Amino acid sequence: MNRAPLGLRIAAAAGLLFLHLPLALIFLYAFTTEERSYQFPPPGYTLEWFAVAWNRPDIWAALGLSVRVAATATAIALVLGTLAAAAVARSRFFGRDSVTLLIILPIALPGIVTGIALRSAYSLADIPFSFWTIVVGHATFCIVVVYNNAVARLRRTSGSLVEASMDLGADGFQTFRHVVLPQLSTALLAGGMLAFALSFDEVIVTTFTAGQQTTLPIWMLSELIRPRQRPVTNVVAAMVIAVTFLPILAAYYLTRDGDRIAGQGK
Amino acid sequence: MTDPAALSAVRFRGVSRHFGATRAVDGVDLDIAPGAFFAMLGPSGSGKTTCLRLIAGFEQPDAGSIEIFGAPMTGVPPYRRSVNTVFQDYALFPHMTVGANVAYGPMVRGVPRAEREARARELLALVALSGFEDRRPAQLSGGQRQRVALARALINEPKVLLLDEPLGALDLKLREQMQVELKSLQRRLGITFVFVTHDQSEALSMADRIAVFNEGRIVQVGAPDEVYERPQTRFVADFVGGSNVVEPDAAERLGLPRGLYSLRPEKIRLGEIGFAGTVETTLYQGAQRRVVVAVGSDRLAVVAPAERGPLPVGSAVRLFVPPGAAHRMEG
Repeated sequence: MNRAPLGLRIAAAAGLLFLHLPLALIFLYAFTTEERSYQFPPPGYTLEWFAVAWNRPDIWAALGLSVRVAATATAIALVLGTLAAAAVARSRFFGRDSVTLLIILPIALPGIVTGIALRSAYSLADIPFSFWTIVVGHATFCIVVVYNNAVARLRRTSGSLVEASMDLGADGFQTFRHVVLPQLSTALLAGGMLAFALSFDEVIVTTFTAGQQTTLPIWMLSELIRPRQRPVTNVVAAMVIAVTFLPILAAYYLTRDGDRIAGQGK
Repeated sequence: MTDPAALSAVRFRGVSRHFGATRAVDGVDLDIAPGAFFAMLGPSGSGKTTCLRLIAGFEQPDAGSIEIFGAPMTGVPPYRRSVNTVFQDYALFPHMTVGANVAYGPMVRGVPRAEREARARELLALVALSGFEDRRPAQLSGGQRQRVALARALINEPKVLLLDEPLGALDLKLREQMQVELKSLQRRLGITFVFVTHDQSEALSMADRIAVFNEGRIVQVGAPDEVYERPQTRFVADFVGGSNVVEPDAAERLGLPRGLYSLRPEKIRLGEIGFAGTVETTLYQGAQRRVVVAVGSDRLAVVAPAERGPLPVGSAVRLFVPPGAAHRMEG
């Protein structure tokens, strides 16, 4: 194994430091005794903010809403994303490439555009803001994540597996259940986790589609403006990092060794 | 077998299958007798694999009709046909054990677990893989995977077993061994086997009947020796065993009545009498030498036994074409 040149190693270390030092500061100031302004180094360390955060009902409400939105958006994305992937990967039809582009577009589109578009659509259709308006907003980009994972796996799965199943007497549903779904399972799990993480920390689309409701990221944004009990925000941020990082890590490990072509047993 | 009223295992009447402008299968009539070991032989893109997929039900004909043991197959999906397939890439389910792979057919048909597992053990014994039930396909060698695919396809007791290039992925020694095993398996089970191959020697040694495909059509059907000895067209003569195709002008120079002939390289004798020629290329093949001899403006491939000694390029030889060696073909 070749060692990278010194300059490159310094640059990489600097890059990593730049990306991760702010995250470390979030954790550090969750323990500070100074609640109004941040100074370095913190004047003292305490665990009281964890207790404070634990006893704040507004945090629990925001967390509950965020979890419910993320779970629902992910569930919708799993169903629709898988169906779309199956259609695109397995068959050829008129306008297939356009459909592919339309499915992927929401993740390339700036969140602010998606947000404004949904907000105008809701007001035009006289739909009041609710839990479901947030869910629909999040589902637009969650579907993309699931779709991308599923379509990549389907392309790597040998088409003759499906034919073999049908040949042996399984109808479409049995083939899906016994052959296609097991092939897709890790890809769907990974896609679902990524979708959950994306939804859980989404701010931009949510501000346009939430009305009076507060998801956890929105709560944090509004909390930063207030000068009291600022470390509570850091406590919550640290929790959010944990909640979103673990699924992404799991998703990475689940899809990492899926690179061989399933069913090409030669 | 020759009685036209007898029920065919597989019957094609005017079957066509087009992909865009490509006529993959173009007006094919075909009768496969029950219990036959039938080979569909042809170069890639000749329509043989599409024909196999039409029998399996993965493709539907654009024109014509297909019957399996007298039952029309129009609109019948693959899972309702008493036909099973051994796929070219074996298509074993990678997430299942060998035992579960073999038991898949009975499983989707709702056969109780104990019964289907016993049946899978029987089939694995049939292909000499007893004790492999709990392995994964990824842990098997190529030859073992093929046996699993075979056992899985046979467990439903199909009336017709389809094999798509069954030996294509195996090395030479294993291929020869599997040829013998497939042949004896077919004889024991009495099931109609239909296999697709582009390898003429495989078709000649395994099948009892061969259909030669070219450009979506069947150009000749017959017993192996018939197809080999008496090719009907220039394509068959050339594709099956690399015969000399003798053009009408050249036929006259060889003292034959004017016409198109197939002349097997192994039927020409190198000796003291006959037409004078010079060796142009020589190819040592172990037991024999394949040489191309120029006789005037004509080129003839000749197979000579190796013990005849080396035939250096440029050496003068004499060719003797025994009477009846050349077979006259249609157009």
